[in-house]
Amino acid sequence: MSLRTLEGFKFSTLKTPVHLLDPRTKFLIVIAVLVPALLFANIYVMIALLLSQLPLLLVGKVARRWALSLRAGVFLSGLIFVVNLFTGSYLSAIALTLRFLVLLTSFSLFFMTTSPDDLGLALDRIGAVRWLSRRWLGYPNALSFTFTTAVRLVPTLAVDAQTVVDAQRSRGLELDKGNLLKRVRNYIPILIPLLLIAIRRSLELAEALESRGFPGKEGRTSLFQLKLRPADYAIIALSLAMIAVSFWVYFHYKIPVL
Amino acid sequence: MITLEKVSFTYRSGQRALQDIDLNLEGGDFIAIMGENGAGKTTLAKHLNGLLKPSQGRVLVDGDDTRKVSVARLSRKVGLVFQNPDHLLFSETVKDEVAFGLKNFGFAPEVVHNQVIRTLEALGLSEYAETSPFLLSGGERKRVALAAILATEPDYLILDEPTIGQDYQQKERLRNFILQLYSQGKAVVMITHDVEFVAESNPKVILLSQGRIVAQGPADSVLSKDELVKKASLVRPQMSRLFGELTKYGLPSDVVDVHRARILLEEKLSEAKVRVAQNS
Ligand SMILES: Nc1ncnc2c1ncn2[C@@H]1O[C@H](COP(=O)(O)OP(=O)(O)OP(=O)(O)O)[C@@H](O)[C@H]1O
Ligand SMILES: [Mg+2]
Repeated sequence: MSLRTLEGFKFSTLKTPVHLLDPRTKFLIVIAVLVPALLFANIYVMIALLLSQLPLLLVGKVARRWALSLRAGVFLSGLIFVVNLFTGSYLSAIALTLRFLVLLTSFSLFFMTTSPDDLGLALDRIGAVRWLSRRWLGYPNALSFTFTTAVRLVPTLAVDAQTVVDAQRSRGLELDKGNLLKRVRNYIPILIPLLLIAIRRSLELAEALESRGFPGKEGRTSLFQLKLRPADYAIIALSLAMIAVSFWVYFHYKIPVL
Repeated sequence: MITLEKVSFTYRSGQRALQDIDLNLEGGDFIAIMGENGAGKTTLAKHLNGLLKPSQGRVLVDGDDTRKVSVARLSRKVGLVFQNPDHLLFSETVKDEVAFGLKNFGFAPEVVHNQVIRTLEALGLSEYAETSPFLLSGGERKRVALAAILATEPDYLILDEPTIGQDYQQKERLRNFILQLYSQGKAVVMITHDVEFVAESNPKVILLSQGRIVAQGPADSVLSKDELVKKASLVRPQMSRLFGELTKYGLPSDVVDVHRARILLEEKLSEAKVRVAQNS
């Protein structure tokens, strides 16, 4: 089931208008959804935010996989609802559950339509990231490269995880046996080999990179260039407006739950 | 006895990995499964203890359908040693690592203790009992992984590429060890690309190619046939290539191991010697 959830965050190579948007634009959309969702705990606002993302999901042809990730999020939504029932009114419980779905949807939309390569390129273009990277790691591109590599390694690690589980089950390990504490402890024989594999792989990657001259000279260029197009500018303007309005309303009015 | 009846398997990705595999495995058997990369050898191994269930056909372990019995219970009888030890080592000491399976199977503490000591001794690992497995060399780690499975004394032992990274002395030890196991009535299945190792051990060979069994029989008859060996992306063992060139002297062509080669050559040479003596 947990692997099914990940499906709703996995990138697939399509060429829809949403996929073609600049990754920075898409990230701004996430922020523009995030800000009102976190500022207001109002049911109408949440529903409006959910509906506003529907066209993007449809145009991006990822609505079906979004539904899949929602189905996996049902359990967590239920949990959030119940917990909030105990601590507040049922209306605020509904609002907070919807907030969770809004956040899930916007991240899901972002990751399903943005390729890790584009994301790396975008990060590389952000001045703050380059500055931080230079401060911490000594090179402007290192941080964005680290990020892209991490995203890249997830599928490989998933294969390793399956093999580790198989290997330990062959030694009589039963993951879903025993009381809660025992069940948590059952994961130790899975997590330790996985962690060590990940560490070993990154050390090897580091050596391989070094022997191929990474990170090279300062002014590294890239084959693909990101370029903002008219659609991007329109959406950026819209998003910025949405963020500004949200803050303005937040400081001038008190918005009730319903 | 483990029986595979018309077993086919397709991964969820749609990749067909096994097709119509029929196979019997019983105590005293020694089988080498060989075949090209991606032939389906590891997939087949995972069917023997129920980690994977056949898409079609069925696998019976001592009469139990693997679909109906838990992997933990099957693993009591079927020991599967994985290709890469890094996928299973996690304990603080080699001793704990070997004890892990025994504890899972619910053995009493003193049995666990004795069994761990015996197994470490048998594999030449006693001196590392208190060492962290992560400080050992690759070959040693592989032996710890083997010890971890052997300690539970499975009736069927499945080894996925056991000779990789082992030096020649260790390979020799491994061969003797396997010999000992199957003469004690256990079944040993070895997945390998190591033609020379197989030639010297003379097991029954099963050639797998693209998910199908393409040939099976004694090592000397299978490994000495060019057309079979090519199908599984192998080359004939050195001894076979040598004897292939010597048929004109009336020597058989299906010789793959040093032992038999020596006997045949000694015969030929002493005949020749006698003839030289008679002529002069
Ligand atoms: N988890 C998986 N999901 C999808 N396909 C897989 C998976 N594991 C293996 N395969 C595919 O199934 C086929 C058989 O793989 P398998 O690992 O059994 O080969 P093998 O004979 O053990 O090869 P090798 O000699 O490289 O170890 C291959 O084509 C492989 O790509
Ligand atoms: Mg394999």
